[in-house]
Amino acid sequence: MKKIISEKAQHGKVTNLSRRRFVVASAAAGGGLALGLNLPFGSRTAAAQGSLASAEVNAWVVVKPDDSCVIRIARAEMGQGTHTGLAQLVCEELGCDWNKVSIEPITPGQNLARKRVWRDMSTGGSRGIRGSQDYVRRGGAAARMMLLQAAADRWNVPVAELAVANGVITHAASGNSTSYGKVAEAAAKLTPPDPKSIKLKDPRSWKIAGKPLKRLDTADKVNGGKKYSIDLALPGMLHAAIRACPVFGGTVASFDESKIAGRRGVQGVVKVGETAVAVVADTWWRAKSALDALPIVWDEGPAAKESSATIATRLTEGLTAGDAFADTNVGDAIGAIAGAAKQVEAVYSTPFVSHSCMEPMNCTVRISDGKAEVWMPSQNAEASMAALSAVSGVPLAQCEAYNHGLGGGFGRRGGTQDFVRQGAAIAKQFPGVPVKLTWSREEDQAHDFYRPIGQCKLSAGIDSDGSLVALHLRVSGQSINAHLAPHNIKEGKDRRQLQGLWPQPHDAQFGYTVPNLLIEYAMRNTHVPVGPWRGVNTNQNAIYLECFIEECARAAGKDSLEFRRAMLQRHPKHLGVLNAAAEKAGWGTPLPAGVHRGIAQFMGYASYTAAVAEVSVNGSEVKVHRMVLATNCGHAVNPATIAAQIEGSVAYGFDSLQSEITIQNGRVAELNFHTYPVARLAQLPKIESVIVPTYDFWGGVGEPTICVSAPAILNGILAATGKPVRTLPLKHSGLVLV
Amino acid sequence: MQLNVNGRNHEVDIEPEMPLLWALREAIGLTGTKYGCGIAQCGACTVHLDGEAVRSCSIPVSAAIGRRVVTIEGLSRDNSHPVQKAWVALDVPQCGYCQSGQIMAAVALLHKNPKPTDKDIDAAMTNICRCGTYQRIRAAIHMAAGTGKGGGSIIHLGSGSIESAPGISADPAIQA
Repeated sequence: MKKIISEKAQHGKVTNLSRRRFVVASAAAGGGLALGLNLPFGSRTAAAQGSLASAEVNAWVVVKPDDSCVIRIARAEMGQGTHTGLAQLVCEELGCDWNKVSIEPITPGQNLARKRVWRDMSTGGSRGIRGSQDYVRRGGAAARMMLLQAAADRWNVPVAELAVANGVITHAASGNSTSYGKVAEAAAKLTPPDPKSIKLKDPRSWKIAGKPLKRLDTADKVNGGKKYSIDLALPGMLHAAIRACPVFGGTVASFDESKIAGRRGVQGVVKVGETAVAVVADTWWRAKSALDALPIVWDEGPAAKESSATIATRLTEGLTAGDAFADTNVGDAIGAIAGAAKQVEAVYSTPFVSHSCMEPMNCTVRISDGKAEVWMPSQNAEASMAALSAVSGVPLAQCEAYNHGLGGGFGRRGGTQDFVRQGAAIAKQFPGVPVKLTWSREEDQAHDFYRPIGQCKLSAGIDSDGSLVALHLRVSGQSINAHLAPHNIKEGKDRRQLQGLWPQPHDAQFGYTVPNLLIEYAMRNTHVPVGPWRGVNTNQNAIYLECFIEECARAAGKDSLEFRRAMLQRHPKHLGVLNAAAEKAGWGTPLPAGVHRGIAQFMGYASYTAAVAEVSVNGSEVKVHRMVLATNCGHAVNPATIAAQIEGSVAYGFDSLQSEITIQNGRVAELNFHTYPVARLAQLPKIESVIVPTYDFWGGVGEPTICVSAPAILNGILAATGKPVRTLPLKHSGLVLV
Repeated sequence: MQLNVNGRNHEVDIEPEMPLLWALREAIGLTGTKYGCGIAQCGACTVHLDGEAVRSCSIPVSAAIGRRVVTIEGLSRDNSHPVQKAWVALDVPQCGYCQSGQIMAAVALLHKNPKPTDKDIDAAMTNICRCGTYQRIRAAIHMAAGTGKGGGSIIHLGSGSIESAPGISADPAIQA
């Protein structure tokens, strides 16, 4: 087989592939994070700079002679609408004609060459717009000032006398008129304005931003024309299918390539690091079929003894263990609970869940003549390029990464870049040949960075008038930081796992005022890789808190909304968005027989969110009829896109109710959609979006509303049945979403 | 082996057991049809075989010989098909990856049932969308069908005012 591989390799030098030992900087599981943050930003005059220069007014804006405007975007588009939203913000300040705007994504190589003029390219944490709104608006405003100055210079009039609308510059006194396209070349030669002289528009006066404009990137998504990374075709390209040891932490012991010798199209077998084996062929189907026929023996390692049961036992121990840290400790929660008129206690548990992006992990890598390139779907193209450089050994300045619109991201394709590392390791063995690595769905399910598993023990004391006087919340579960970014854990205290329960304002603040409050986290890690899953730790924390608050409201004999309102008086934004959701949902108004309401509020990604669900339960069947979700994201750049994100939140939030990754013999059991249920159209309720911006901060949109979706529905189930659902997914309570 | 795809005959030299999906993507180069699961669960690979919606990942290419295969690229090149028009009017796609399959499933539904009810749509539209565009998919099918059922996004913006996403009402010009 070795000989066969050698002979079949089109570009030679590929002998003894299967025995070649690769030194891969980071294995598939447990790779590093945030590679983009530590790039050495040397100067580099790339060819790219020349191609960008011609009609460029500044880094953000290119105006062509026909008045069309190209707006450059650094953040990734994965469906969330950031590209359109950022273009609206630039266009708003630029004053160009929206109908003549197009978007041009920049590459990390270009960003590097220009000393990171476009700043951070990573797209996660719902930061795409809020994290770049200031400098992109300033970029648009600076370009406007330069274009106007160029016209003023041409007409020899004071720039203050000029006006602009839709890219047409006018001078009322003289009757002169010109357009952006006609002065762009002159404008590009001007010195950019002093940043202090740039005045941004009042968002309340926006004409382009703030409006529900159509997305700019829809047309080729309805005719098959859009080229995702997985669709890339390059001349001479080969395809790789990969299988990593199904047990996390296990390694490749041996494989018998003679069993696939002579199979049509097969070019070679590559051991990828210590953990995976890839088959390379002329088409992916042939590579995958050969991989399926390839006998591989794994050294599964000690983790093969782990299961969901062993993990659950470890987490349960953490609920009462002595090593938890207290992030909030106000008053004497434990004493006050003991002395209260009524006690409430519950233990909740939430499983691992997978991202399951519709486009499986993939990338194409070509390494040749001291140059390395990768085409990929990435939430952090700079991290992709850094991973390529690290594995290929090619310096960053000779690397380039071409990001494609992502077929779903949800946090899966950020800092880890495990698939790029694998792709680079494989392509390294085929110099000069582009190799596309595509994961099967099964591989994608088996080797995700899952939403961390957790349990939560909650105890409350309620006094004689039905007020919550004490709350003790103890999370025991896996830490994302411990797996991906241990440097973020200070003195053993991983605050990130308490997202949404923090006392500090502005990001993910606990909204309730409780006189005696103890919030703790006990870190209980497992061998299963975990990572950010859209909404991250707000998902499980909102379920723990808001379902338990509901239990407390019922124990106190109070209305669910009024019980919460009473405790949110000191946090008007939390309260405001709860009121907005309740009002639009018609809280307190009659419902059809058998339909019940549930409500929830939470904060994450600097935005305040709340939801009301209308639910009926018929035997084992749970039907969600209507959901009203409210957000105060500070500024609403595109209400139609925000609504799309809210609608999507409900579907993604359904994962919290019905999806579960279990571990058997150290590996994931749910390897495809027949055993891993995700939301389907028939399950989805009618969804209404309530957008109540207060114009005094910038909050995220892509993630914050997900976490209130599940607890609102769970509280509706409690209202319908009188029984709390504490162990998720619903099937463990004999319930199913229909 | 000869395949008829989008009205054109293609001579392909491939294994008869190769799934139709991979024949389309890798032998013919039509990548609008997507791989999502490989086991006929997600519908990203939906194409029409003699007018019926099928999941091409789970059909051997040999089963398509002598039959008419239509892919997303065969609907229209200029987005002029009524279902494409409705999808654009309502800004249905988010990431867009599943939308080829969603649209092909919707076109097949409307071919059989020009005025589907919500229940009909529930039963026919079992494709997975992880972005959660389902509400707009349902509305776009009603729009393309001209059922008179609106739907789509319901947006309450600010205090009291109510707006709807573009194209909330059925447009008689784009009926299937």
